[in-house]
Amino acid sequence: MILSTSLNSTNYSFIDKLKAVDYFLIIIVSIIGSMSVFSIYSTESGNFSFYTKNHLTRFLVFFSMFLVLSFVRVSFWFRQAYIFYIIGILLLLLVIFFGISASGSKRWINLFIMNLQPSELMKISIIVCFARYYHRIQSSDIQSYKYLLQPIILLLIPCYLVIIQPDLGTAILIAGSGLAIIWLAGLNLKYFIYSGLILLVSLPFVISILKPYQKSRILTFFNPDRDPLGAGYQIIQSKIAIGSGGLLGKGFLQGTQSYLEFLPEKHTDFIFTLFSEEFGFVGSMILILLYALLIYRIIMIGFFSRSFFAKLYCFGFASALFLYIFVNIAMVVGLLPIVGAPLPIMSYGGSSMLSIMLGLSIVMSCKIYSRDPIGS
Amino acid sequence: MIKKTGNLNKNKIISRRLFVLIGLKIGLIGIVTSRLYNLQISEKQKYEVLSDKNRIREWKTPPQRGIITDYFNNVIADNQRVYQVHLSLEEVSNFNNSIFKLKNIISLKEDEIKKIYEKKEKSKPWDTLIISENLSWKEFSKLNLYLHELDGAKPVLSTSRYYPYSDDLVHVVGYVGDATSQDIQNKKKIEQNFVPGLKVGKIGIENSKDADLIGNHGTKRYEVNASGKKISEISYKQETQGENLRTTIDLEIQQLAQELLKNQAGSICVMDIYTGEVITMASSPTYDPNKFTHGISTKDWNEIKNNKLRPLLNKSLAGLYSPGSTIKPLVALAALEYGIIDTKFKVNCKGHEHPYELYGEKYHCWKKNGHGWMSMRNAIKQSCDIYFYEVARLLGVDKLSLIAKRYGLGSKVLEDFFSEEKKGIVPSTKWKKQVLEQSWYLGETVITGIGQGYIQTTPLQLCLMTAQLANGGFKIKPNLIYDKEIDLDIIKSKFESEKNKSVSQNILKDHKFKYYERLYRNPNNLKLVLDAMYGSTNEQFGTSFRSRHTEDKYKFAGKTGTSQVKRITDQDRELDLDLEEIEYKSRDHALFIAFAPYDKPRYSLSILIEHGGSGSKAAAPLAKKLIKKILDRHELREKIRKDLKNIA
Repeated sequence: MILSTSLNSTNYSFIDKLKAVDYFLIIIVSIIGSMSVFSIYSTESGNFSFYTKNHLTRFLVFFSMFLVLSFVRVSFWFRQAYIFYIIGILLLLLVIFFGISASGSKRWINLFIMNLQPSELMKISIIVCFARYYHRIQSSDIQSYKYLLQPIILLLIPCYLVIIQPDLGTAILIAGSGLAIIWLAGLNLKYFIYSGLILLVSLPFVISILKPYQKSRILTFFNPDRDPLGAGYQIIQSKIAIGSGGLLGKGFLQGTQSYLEFLPEKHTDFIFTLFSEEFGFVGSMILILLYALLIYRIIMIGFFSRSFFAKLYCFGFASALFLYIFVNIAMVVGLLPIVGAPLPIMSYGGSSMLSIMLGLSIVMSCKIYSRDPIGS
Repeated sequence: MIKKTGNLNKNKIISRRLFVLIGLKIGLIGIVTSRLYNLQISEKQKYEVLSDKNRIREWKTPPQRGIITDYFNNVIADNQRVYQVHLSLEEVSNFNNSIFKLKNIISLKEDEIKKIYEKKEKSKPWDTLIISENLSWKEFSKLNLYLHELDGAKPVLSTSRYYPYSDDLVHVVGYVGDATSQDIQNKKKIEQNFVPGLKVGKIGIENSKDADLIGNHGTKRYEVNASGKKISEISYKQETQGENLRTTIDLEIQQLAQELLKNQAGSICVMDIYTGEVITMASSPTYDPNKFTHGISTKDWNEIKNNKLRPLLNKSLAGLYSPGSTIKPLVALAALEYGIIDTKFKVNCKGHEHPYELYGEKYHCWKKNGHGWMSMRNAIKQSCDIYFYEVARLLGVDKLSLIAKRYGLGSKVLEDFFSEEKKGIVPSTKWKKQVLEQSWYLGETVITGIGQGYIQTTPLQLCLMTAQLANGGFKIKPNLIYDKEIDLDIIKSKFESEKNKSVSQNILKDHKFKYYERLYRNPNNLKLVLDAMYGSTNEQFGTSFRSRHTEDKYKFAGKTGTSQVKRITDQDRELDLDLEEIEYKSRDHALFIAFAPYDKPRYSLSILIEHGGSGSKAAAPLAKKLIKKILDRHELREKIRKDLKNIA
C-alpha cells in the first residue's frame, strides 16, 4: 500500500526521485552502521556470534527499510501523523497489559520476530505529531493557552506511560525532543523559563516519587565512589575504560575493560565506552564528527524543504538525535547520571535501530519530495 | 495571503530558533569533547593504572626453604616432594558438596574438615585452599581417578620439609610449622614473604635462622576478568630458595650420642675447644620433627607432652642441673689463682664418723670411710668433698662465682641463638641479696664448693667450661653454624700472642673478656688442674679410671659428678641403697666432663644422665665410646675444614 502510494506519484519521475536521494546521508549512516557492527563484534571478544549476528541482521533489515520507506511521500507522514501518534500510545498501553518484563521494568511487547519497545517508536511519533500540529497553527496563535495546553497534554501522556514502565531515560528523551519542537515552533521563551522554575520548585517532590534505584543513580552520579561496587560501579568502570584508552586507544579487540567483563551493558548503553577504549580520543572524535555530519545533513535537508512540516520535522528529529547522542555520551563519560539511553545506530537493540531508521526515512522523504508544499 | 505571511513569519522564527539550538549543540559537543580530552589525554595515566589494577592480580608462590647440612655436608633438613590437593575456590560451585566428595576419597578427619572451613572463612573468593598437605601415593592416585567429579580440586606436587634423621637432631635443627599471626607480626622476613601454607621455623635452627632459610616468594601476575577468573599469565617472578646452611654438627657423633642416651633422660655435648664449634648437642628423649610439618595430631602431641622424661625440653641448653663434682676443677683453679692454697695444702677426710663441721652443721664426703689426707691433685682425682668444703670456705663464694662466670657458667652459651636457652645460676652474696633478699650463709659457700646448693648449670655450659679450661684458659666463641670467619689457625695464633702478653694487676677482678682473650693469671695453675683431671681418669683410685682408654691416642682427662636432687639424710646414709632401690625421681643425676686427647687437647664434652646415679658409673663409660669416635673422625673433620677454607 505504502509502496504503491509513492509509485503512483505523478509529480515526480523515478529518476528524479533517485537523483533527489541524499547519498551523503546514506553513506554516513552506513559508516556508522559498520562501526557499530565492529563494536558489537568486539564486545563478543572477536567472535561472530549471537549479538553480532543479530545486530548485523537488524542493521541490514532496518537500513533497507529506511531506503524503501524513503520513497514514501512526505504528505503520507503528514496525513497519518496523528494516527502514528495514536498507534504509539496504543502500543504503550499494550505494554502495560501484555508487556514483557526484564530486570524490573516492563518495556517490551512480543512481536514474535522481535521484542518491540514502543517507547522507542514513540520518540519518532511525537516528532511527527508535533510537526503536523504546528504546521497548521498560525504563528500568532502559538502563544495562546489553547495551543500551548494541547501539545503539553500530547507530550505528558507518552511520558507518563514510559515513566511507569519504569524507563526514566526514554521518558526524558521523549520529553526533550517534544520540547525541542515546541521551542523551534516559536513558543515564547518566557514559558520555558517559567516551566524551568516550576520544575526546580517541584524537584523535591519529583525526587520523593522516584524509585530507589533511580535515586541511587542520581546520588551516585554526584559521587560515584559512594558505592563503588554497586550503583557507582558502572560509571567508575566506564571512566576507567575511556580514560585508559588514551589518545589512540588500545586497539580493535584489545579493550581489556570490556574483554575482561568489567564493563556492564557494553553492547547497549556503554557501547561508546568500548569504542572509546579501543580507538581512543581520536576514534571518539571521529565518531562524534560522523554524528555531527549526520545531524548537519538532516538540518540542511530541513532547511531546503519548502513545507513547514518538513522543516519542523527535520529540525526536530535532528535535535532529538543530538539529544540521544549527547545524553548517552555525557552519561558514559560521567557528565550525566546513568539513565539508560542507547547511542543511536551504535547500540545493540532492535527498537532503537527501528525508530532511528524510520526517523531517517522520513527525513529522506522530505528530501526527495522537498518541493511538496503539503496542503493543510 | 495571510497564511503565506504567517508561514514566512514561522519560517523566520524557526530559522532563528534553529540557530540558537545549533549554538547550544556546539556548546554541548564542546563540553563532551573537553571531557573526553580530560579523561583520555590529561588523566590517561591515572586511568591506565586503574585499568591495570582492575585486570591484573598477583598470586604469590611459596619459596623453598634452604637446606641444612651437618659439617660433612650430610643433609639433615631437606625438602621432599609431597602430594597435595588444593581447592581453587573460584571454580567450586558447591563448597560443601566438594568437601563431602573429597572426604570420601582422601579420608579427611572431622577436625581437619573443621580447620578447612575455618580457613575458608578467611579466604578470598579467588584464593586457593590447601585441603591436604601430605597425601599418600595411594590417596593421590585415587584422587586423580575421581578428578572429573571434583570441580576446582587440583592435585599438586609440592615440596615440604623433611628431616631424614628424624629425631636424632630435633633439638638442634628444630622443626617447621604453619606461620601463625604472631610469627607474621614478629618477623619481618615472614611478613614480606608470607604465602598461605608457608612453613616457618618453630624452634631450633629452623627458627633462629628463619630469615636466611625462608628465601623469597615468587610472584605470578595474571590477567583476570571482572569476576576474578584467571585469563592468562602475564609475568612470573620466580621464587628464590632460602640460603643453605652448614652446621658445625657431626652427624655420626650426634647419632652415637643419641644412641648412648637411648631410653634415658639426658644430654651429651661435644665442642671444639679452639673454634667453639658445637659438634654434638644431643638431648634425650627426642621426638620426630616430621610430625610437626603438616600439623601434629592430638594423639602424637599428647604422647610427647605427657612423656615423663620430657622430650620437648632441650636438656643441653634448657635443662638446669647442679654441676656436682664437675665444678671441682674450677674451685681448685679459683683457689690457686687467688693464692688461697698451694699444691701442698692438705685436708684430712675422715669418713662419715667424723664429718666436716661448720657452726654445728655437718657436711659429709661421699666416701663412707674417708679419703685420708688429700692434696689438691688427689682431691680432684678422687673427688673428695671434704677437701673442697674447706677450700670453698677459704675461697669465699664471691671469688668462686667470679671465676665460674669467667669460664662460661651463668650466661647463655649460644647467646640468643636459641630462645629456650637458660642462663643458669652462679650464686654470690650479691645475687642472694638481690634475688632472694636474704644474706649469705657460710654453709652455702661450703656446698657450692662441691657444686650443690643454688648453683645451676646447663650441660652445654659445662662443656664450654671444660673447653675453656682445656684450651689453656682462653675465651672462645661457641657456634653452631659454620662460619668462615672463625679460623682455627688465626685462633691458635691469637692464643699464642695472648699467652705472651703481660698480665695486668686486675686480671682477677670482675671484668668482661673479649673472645680469644686469656682468662687466667698463672698458666701453671691451669696445668695443675688439668693434670689432676688426667689423674682422675687415668690413674688408679681416679673416679673415672674404669672408663679410661689405654691406647695413647685416645687418652683423655675428665671429671665425674654426681649431683643430688634431694638432701641426703642420715637415714639414707645408714641405708646406703643401691640405685635400683631408690625411686627414679630421687636418684642422683650423673655427670661427666672430659677433654681429649690429653696430650694435645682438641675436644671437650659434657655428659648428663638425669637420675642416672653416680657419674663414674652412668656417665663416664659413655665418654669412653664417644671420645674414640670423636678422635677417629678428627682427621676427616680437619680435611673438611681445610677444604672449606680453600673454597673461601
